[in-house]
Amino acid sequence: MNVAVAKTGSGRAVSDLFASAEGRLPGSPSVIASRREAFETYERLGLPHRRIEEWKYTDLRALVGEVLPLAAAPDAAALKRAADAVKAHAIAGARKLVLVDGVFAADLSDVRALTAEAGFRTLRETLEKDAGLLTTASTDAVIALNAAMATDGVVLSIADGAQLSAPIQIIHIATAASASAFTRSQVVIGKGARATLVESFVAAGAKAYQVNDAVIVTVGDDADVAHIRLMDDAPDAVNVTSHFVTVGANVKLNFFNMTTGAAVSRLQGLITLAGEGSELSANGVNLLQKTEHGDTTLVVDHAVPNCVSREVFRAVIDDRAHSVFQGRIIVRPDAQKTDGKMMTRALLLSDEAEADNKPELEIFADDVSCGHGATSGALDDSLLFYLKARGLPEKQAQALLIQAFVGEAVEQIADDGLREHVIGIAERWLERRS
Amino acid sequence: MPAVQETVERVKRIDVDQYRYGFETLIESDKAPKGLSEETVKFISEKKNEPAWMLQWRLEAYRRWLTMTEPTWARVDYPKIDFQDLYYYAAPKPKKTVTSLDEIDPEILKTYEKLGIPLREVAMLEGVEPKPGEEDPARRKIAVDAVFDSVSVATTFKAELKKAGVIFMPISEAIREHPELVQKYLGSVVPTSDNFYATLNSAVFSDGSFVYVPPGVRCPMELSTYFRINERNTGQFERTLIIADKGSYVSYLEGCTAPQRDENQLHAAVVELVAHDDAEIKYSTVQNWYPGNSEGKGGIYNFVTKRGDCRGNNSKISWTQVETGSAITWKYPSCILRGDNSRGEFYSIAISNGFQQVDSGTKMIHLGKNTSSRIISKGIAAGKSQNTYRGLVTAHRKATGARNFTACDSLLIGDKCGAHTVPYIEAKNSSATFEHEATTSKISEDVLFYCVQRGLSQEEAVGLVVNGFVKDVLQQLPMEFAVEAQKLISISLEGSVG
Repeated sequence: MNVAVAKTGSGRAVSDLFASAEGRLPGSPSVIASRREAFETYERLGLPHRRIEEWKYTDLRALVGEVLPLAAAPDAAALKRAADAVKAHAIAGARKLVLVDGVFAADLSDVRALTAEAGFRTLRETLEKDAGLLTTASTDAVIALNAAMATDGVVLSIADGAQLSAPIQIIHIATAASASAFTRSQVVIGKGARATLVESFVAAGAKAYQVNDAVIVTVGDDADVAHIRLMDDAPDAVNVTSHFVTVGANVKLNFFNMTTGAAVSRLQGLITLAGEGSELSANGVNLLQKTEHGDTTLVVDHAVPNCVSREVFRAVIDDRAHSVFQGRIIVRPDAQKTDGKMMTRALLLSDEAEADNKPELEIFADDVSCGHGATSGALDDSLLFYLKARGLPEKQAQALLIQAFVGEAVEQIADDGLREHVIGIAERWLERRS
Repeated sequence: MPAVQETVERVKRIDVDQYRYGFETLIESDKAPKGLSEETVKFISEKKNEPAWMLQWRLEAYRRWLTMTEPTWARVDYPKIDFQDLYYYAAPKPKKTVTSLDEIDPEILKTYEKLGIPLREVAMLEGVEPKPGEEDPARRKIAVDAVFDSVSVATTFKAELKKAGVIFMPISEAIREHPELVQKYLGSVVPTSDNFYATLNSAVFSDGSFVYVPPGVRCPMELSTYFRINERNTGQFERTLIIADKGSYVSYLEGCTAPQRDENQLHAAVVELVAHDDAEIKYSTVQNWYPGNSEGKGGIYNFVTKRGDCRGNNSKISWTQVETGSAITWKYPSCILRGDNSRGEFYSIAISNGFQQVDSGTKMIHLGKNTSSRIISKGIAAGKSQNTYRGLVTAHRKATGARNFTACDSLLIGDKCGAHTVPYIEAKNSSATFEHEATTSKISEDVLFYCVQRGLSQEEAVGLVVNGFVKDVLQQLPMEFAVEAQKLISISLEGSVG
């Protein structure tokens, strides 16, 4: 491995990042000490690069170069822009929790309506007591950086048996240019609870900013959960998000991710099936254009027997964009009767587009049924011809076929309203195609 | 579905303790001093009477090797190899210059007889027909080059091949007799700087086979090399170079065995294939190096670099491998599809048992237009082994119309082993069409029910389905090998299906 670069491209010392932010980071003195430790880990490792197998296709040193300084707290004008963005991106009826440049904005959030149904605190509040939420078992540099720098986030707990009447929507809004936001959230879903969680990433006038988010989710036995993440950051932004999900027994978990923005983005998720009889459906769509780089890396760990996992991924890649999908299904030695399937397909719309797929199986149990499939190719000429022969212009015919292509993943979303919302974002992406 | 009882029994029968080729032949041998230095490289080169350019080539590789580090990315785990604790050259002590088989040390001939390798050209050369019933009618003529430790001991059917214009000889002889060909092609597919083990091989390779098939010639028989490690503490480093000139065809077989020993032995070979316009090379391997005993002691470390270059348009290279031996296998026979319309194929069955670790697969690198490739891989893990398929399929910007189909299936027998699939699929232009599928699963209940309902027992039904299933790979093997391979695997594949 290369020696960590002590200085970034712009000549700033890496340690300045933490030193200049330290005074503004929330937490008791012991929390600050554990932050410093995490930052030292990051400093030692540096940004991930292609020599690290997990980051082979997303070399942050080459793509991003350096981590920008921590964003300042949003001022009144920024909050005004954020309020407009909330209006534009809120899902009808959802309980909103808004983070502006990494800081929780109570005025824009529906805290009162939410607390009637779920326990809620901010990360800032929990860090006054202890650093528990900042520790994860990961050795990844960007996660260490997140632990060092996280300024805020939402800490939700949904009681056993609670049946939430409306989705909870966490909206991340960026208003500051050339700055970073670090957030970390935790969601604990009680036994037998039913909940829908939506995360949205949007920009409100911000340019060239960076987002580093981490989400820790624990799903109790018999719960029924839909978790949807919509990343529609500014076209010159960077978004690196890490998910840690632990699933109990007899759970139904439906996860969906859509990437439609950011110059460089990566969602890295680890979903551990820790209780028997659970069903996981994890799906995603990458819609990329210009020179965007979108990476979805998902590890599904079958730690116990009798679980089912299904993964459907679609990537549509235009211009000189680059889509990466790395999926791994791990079946532990005792996880007999595991049924795991993963399908990833890439659609290349331009000769300079690139799709890299790495679907892995890592199996240690013998009585399992696991498989993956991967394809990549262009739009089917004969289908295009058929549509054009019926009078559709080229672009419209393409759009129709692309919609059908991503539809296979989008239709995994059970809720009609949410599915329409997602389709709306995909349609806007199609309109942006030059 | 877990493997059925009968399958488990049968696999046990071919378990590592049952290694049939574990005997050792006692012959005197001529060894280089232990360890690796420029002196060792010079010693080997001198032993081989090599011209100065060859020594230079080796020394450059050696100096390059000193700057390299061992690769650690494969899913294999072994104690660090002490490269100074090996003999890099061992040859059976020569009596005098050998001109015919009769002058070869009878001990060596006996070894090959035990292995069932047809070294003696028997009466065929003299034109005497074998008596009916004496010869296996199915047995076709095969020219064999036998490599014992570091040295090629015998090459058969030389005369007949010469008539066709085919050059088939130990590479050490080719360096002296056909320097222009060797200089032109050696290292042109696997450069000396390619990877740690290939570079080591370039510095110290002792022998191997050289094949040149002139334009338009269809090689009149199968060519075969048999590798045998005999000497203790030696590394075997063969180098094989096969060139199929325009419009030619050659089929080449390779087999390997080694005695049973407690310590690990190193085998680091390099195979280079070059196919010119319209040429086709078919390369088949049955690799059965000693896998170590049931406690995981001993066995061969098989770190091999095999690569084919489809240099000409419409050329084709096909790799078929049956991997049953070695303590550790680290092997990725690859195709560089440089010529337009060229085609690469990879058929593999990898079986691991005991404490074996297999990390094998292929690379299909699409560079030319309308190139196509096909990968069929079947992995079976039993005992406490780990079996990994690792493959790369990539289409570059200009490789318009590239196509790939990949299917890799794995089976686990027992819950102490692991089967893994690590494919890398990189499409860099929109007209490349890639399809990949991988499974680890059981035979469809419907199919089994259908067979059983027609009067087959459960076992027969499984056997029937599996036989049909592995034929994809088996039928790619030349017949002589197919028989041997079938014995080794038909067995263990039962109970699996994709």
